[in-house]
Amino acid sequence: MALRPHSASLEVKDLACRRGGRLVFEGLSFAVASGQMLVLTGRNGSGKTTLLRALARLGRAESGTIAWQEADIAWLGHLDGLKGDLTINENIDVAERLRGVVPARARIDEALACFDLQKLAGRLVRTLSAGQRRRAALARVAASQANVWLLDEPMNALDQAAQTSLRQVMAVHLAGGGLAVAAAHAPLDVPGTRILELPA
Amino acid sequence: MIAFGALFRRDLRLVLRRPGDVVVVLAFFVVATALFPLGIGPEQNLLARIAAGILWSAALFAALLSLDRLFAADYEDGALDLLLLAPGALELAALAKCAAHWIVTGLPLAILAPAIGAAFGLDGLGLAAVAATLLVGTPTLSLVGGLAAALTLGARRSGALLALLALPLCVPTLIFGSSAIESTATGEGFGVHLAILAALALLAVATLPWAMAAALRQAGE
Repeated sequence: MALRPHSASLEVKDLACRRGGRLVFEGLSFAVASGQMLVLTGRNGSGKTTLLRALARLGRAESGTIAWQEADIAWLGHLDGLKGDLTINENIDVAERLRGVVPARARIDEALACFDLQKLAGRLVRTLSAGQRRRAALARVAASQANVWLLDEPMNALDQAAQTSLRQVMAVHLAGGGLAVAAAHAPLDVPGTRILELPA
Repeated sequence: MIAFGALFRRDLRLVLRRPGDVVVVLAFFVVATALFPLGIGPEQNLLARIAAGILWSAALFAALLSLDRLFAADYEDGALDLLLLAPGALELAALAKCAAHWIVTGLPLAILAPAIGAAFGLDGLGLAAVAATLLVGTPTLSLVGGLAAALTLGARRSGALLALLALPLCVPTLIFGSSAIESTATGEGFGVHLAILAALALLAVATLPWAMAAALRQAGE
């Protein structure tokens, strides 16, 4: 993937979030700079997804501040957001247009190649396996021009080869000045990674 | 506008890939209207007199039938998050989805309804009124139903709740739509009724996308 200019940064101060009326965490403060990835770990229910959604402004913070600088966010949630009755190509095309960007064919092809999806690009998503589907969703993120990637359990359903591909793509994203925050049960083993373990 | 067009085309493409959803709506409309002659008898004058109310009520129920999936599919597969994160206005996204819904339900209903109206014994002017009022009135049904779909997103028994919310709000459209058809029986024109239906549709376009967007943001949290 080609390098491109990035300058995003994130600063979180004294953050508290609720889910279902329960305070899942409070007093959380951290910062992530351009070229870094923060991996959120913790036990089930510790609030990894809640924090990730709050960072994306998809969830509401109880208190505290989330300050983004120059952030253009690409999102991969626990649910991948892919339409089963569209092909991988069509899903990526629509996602780019929803971001207000005219899709760049070369960039999409490059992203598909990174996740070994060239031969599957014309297949309907509902005919794919769970792992292939996850790779398609990751290719959608990689194809975007976004400088911030927010990923919820990106390694879910991936085989060893796909995990290696993700590490390589992530390394290039960070080397290009990108920023990433990922919720995961295990570290992603990418240079520039920091880990934030949420209390149970 | 790139996002509006993309979402509109995406929803149309999804329907074309699964045309069964539209066929069910149209089949419901035909079956529901066909039940009345079976229930009250084949007396042509009576059927022609009540045709307006039957056609408009059946069109309303048929349109609502497909509305509970308007945002639910995006909510269930995570695509709603992409809409919420998109830099474009969520109001336009909601409008695009309602426009696509109208193309695949309201428009076919407006085309099909005159054929049913002819079977009920409506004359030429009455059939024109059926087509014209449904053409102008069904966008309001899609928008009002879209608001109800957004408000009931994630709720249990959302289909029943949607109907409870949307049906009262559709009453003005139903009244002016059916009275436009009835007015042709006395030789009056239906221009005024059509203008009121158009005004209701414009009012819905001007206000409901904002309410839908607010409800979708609430559902996304």
